[in-house]
Amino acid sequence: MTKTMSPMSAVLGLMLASAPSVAAQNPATGDYTTADIAYGGRLYDAQCATCHGANGDAVGGVNLRSGTFRHAITDQDLARVVTNGIQGTAMQAFKFDAAELAGVIAYLRNMNSFDRGSVRLGDADRGRTLFDGKGGCTRCHRVGAQGSRVAPDLSDVGAARSAGSLLRSLTDPTSQMMPINRPVRAVRRDGTVVNGRRLNEDTYTVQLIDDQEKLVSLTKSDLREYTILTVSPMPSFKDKLDPGELADVVAYLLSLKGR
Amino acid sequence: MTRRSTAATVVILLAAAMSYRVQAQIGYDRLLNAAREPRNWLIYSGGYFSQRYSPLTQITPANAKNLELKWMYQAAVAGGWQTTPLVVDGVMYLTQRPNDVVALDAKTGRAFWVYRHQLDPTQIVCCGSNNRGLAILGDTIYMGTLDAHLIAIDTKSGRPVWNTRVADNKAGYSVTLAPLVVKDKAIVGVGGGEYGIRGFVAAYDARTGSEVWRFYTIPGPGEAGFDSWKPCPPDVKAYCDSEAWKHGGGSVWVTGSYDAALNQTYWGVGNAGPDWNADQRPGDNLYTDSVVALDADTGRLKWHYQFTPHDRYDYDSVQVPVLADITWRGTPVKAMVWANRNGNFYVLDRETGRFLVGKPFVKVNWMDTFDERGRPRQTVQPPGQPTWPGNQGGTNWYSPSYSPHTGLFYVSAWENYATIFGGTPVEYQEGRNFGGGQNRPLVPVPGAPSIPGLRRGPINNWTEAAATGAVLALDASSGELKWRYPMTDVTDSGILTTASDVLFTGGREGYFHAIDARSGSLLWKASLGAQIVSGPITYEVDGRQYVTAISGLSLCVFGLRE
Repeated sequence: MTKTMSPMSAVLGLMLASAPSVAAQNPATGDYTTADIAYGGRLYDAQCATCHGANGDAVGGVNLRSGTFRHAITDQDLARVVTNGIQGTAMQAFKFDAAELAGVIAYLRNMNSFDRGSVRLGDADRGRTLFDGKGGCTRCHRVGAQGSRVAPDLSDVGAARSAGSLLRSLTDPTSQMMPINRPVRAVRRDGTVVNGRRLNEDTYTVQLIDDQEKLVSLTKSDLREYTILTVSPMPSFKDKLDPGELADVVAYLLSLKGR
Repeated sequence: MTRRSTAATVVILLAAAMSYRVQAQIGYDRLLNAAREPRNWLIYSGGYFSQRYSPLTQITPANAKNLELKWMYQAAVAGGWQTTPLVVDGVMYLTQRPNDVVALDAKTGRAFWVYRHQLDPTQIVCCGSNNRGLAILGDTIYMGTLDAHLIAIDTKSGRPVWNTRVADNKAGYSVTLAPLVVKDKAIVGVGGGEYGIRGFVAAYDARTGSEVWRFYTIPGPGEAGFDSWKPCPPDVKAYCDSEAWKHGGGSVWVTGSYDAALNQTYWGVGNAGPDWNADQRPGDNLYTDSVVALDADTGRLKWHYQFTPHDRYDYDSVQVPVLADITWRGTPVKAMVWANRNGNFYVLDRETGRFLVGKPFVKVNWMDTFDERGRPRQTVQPPGQPTWPGNQGGTNWYSPSYSPHTGLFYVSAWENYATIFGGTPVEYQEGRNFGGGQNRPLVPVPGAPSIPGLRRGPINNWTEAAATGAVLALDASSGELKWRYPMTDVTDSGILTTASDVLFTGGREGYFHAIDARSGSLLWKASLGAQIVSGPITYEVDGRQYVTAISGLSLCVFGLRE
């Protein structure tokens, strides 16, 4: 490989480099899930309403329901204002995790039109009961010291994933599966089969946790077959849990913030 | 090999296979019998007797010349990398700066997971972001942190299971040692001997993280040994602290040992505080610079032996207590073998703490003889005159090795090394340095210009004027020197021996050596380019023996050429 960049890759690089700044100019896209908006509403009530009021107009000259903001155009701007505060004003900095920030922004963008009455807010305690019981989630997932490790650990999923993403994970798991979590099937030259979830991979080797919860490192040249799945082995709960139960499970997952 | 997506088939297979099963990896019985599975390295010092001796024999004096690099792993954070890895059935667990844990495939070095502890930014440590390793029980590993927490981490996922605060890091406490698991408890000690802590060893329930017992290395009022913190004389003119015990030091920053038959766990205790101005803390200052034998279930003191009473030289006794069953004067003895920072080699009866042997292994002039109970007669040097050994000691925290196969005890020594000590009064302030010293280390010649401090680059500007390093092989029952392997620069490396009589060690020069454990002759060496400040280990995967060396930011793993 030479150090000279080909014209084609230079054009591609420019496109990629410019993409974020174009996106940053866009205001709200309107692509907010009901779950995120509802989660954000809860956070708003707990953290923001003290100053801004239930209707978002308690601070003089600021009406959060109007959808226009003095210090923010894009969602990234909003995230910055919420995270850093506004110097010289009463607007303080808030330490929200990624899931919370996504929720607050979704709510701020939809305060004016969102009908809280139309959404049944989930209950985390009920969600935990469903998670451990009817949902059978601990057969594959682990929270804290409970559950299997074959599927991703969910101990801090409520800090990493937005409410909308969690709901989609329950109803359409494949759509939300992280690429590293794609299941793999490997067949060694002697015919033994290893099924597992990828933890790490390079050109020559792959590290996974197998279906016996064992850490396994495989050298690819020792394999007869190596298959990466793009379909999640997790079943959809769309028809297994009713909307209220799904909301409960989402509320429980959102409560998992790690240690 | 094909790389195709037969999704439906595999979903069914996975769904069928994903039943919830827990594989307890390492039960206490496996720890107790670690020597029976030499393919693994299950405990910081290799086993409860802390001998750093492996029964593996694939690498021999004859074939050591065929060692070659198999893989490397690079850490991200610079600084002395003092950790000892654990190896469990093909998976290596190790810490890296500041408080990460990494799980690697022990055959290829590729990572399974990384755990990152978020440190309190106000953590206070004297000597860098050091961590020396881990302990394991069941499917949980245990790590102490610089901000004085003990964390249990799942071996499979790298997720924290519990996180317990051991002590207040803002008062200078830290946990840098590898915990020791005994039965169902994880035992740790605290660092902070330069910050006026009151040291302790504490045991935590391995399942829950709740504290089970705590032994203070500085006894309080009413406790045995408290009278070794004597009141200040009424007519004293120099600064004297009437409550010196409250910040008397006694840190414990190197992992202890355990004798299951006696149910005693042994810990080396660090210097008194302040380090150098001994005049402000009258008395022997128990249990600083001592070894303490504690009941493993209760933490109750069974016996102690103090190597350096009323220490004025920072002679921490944080060496690993090496347990060995030896013959002493024709009698079998359950012994403890110890090369101390104060320059003396000791043999103690580990059942009772009885003093059996005391003999200098490097030049010593802070004492001249022992009484029959092993108390040294101290010979304090006049002001401005050098004391041997110097502040860093004749040896220090780095692990020695004992080979039952040769009967020899191997230690990394600093020879011809002195310091001109000088104490200055210092008042205790929480979280502030509490050294009380005005030392001129490394310059044994009065009036000579000072040499720069401890940490150096690739240029060795100390040379023989300050100190030289050596591996010493001592008869474990007498301390008699059998051979020495001299180095130009000093060495902070631990030592490993094997049943095939190969000794592995490193040094500040960055060489990784294989030495004949019987003769002391060099078998093989590799120049790794940066100081080696940890102890090598050896293990086996798929029938092949490996040996580790950590040099600078690189974990290098060697095996025989295939």
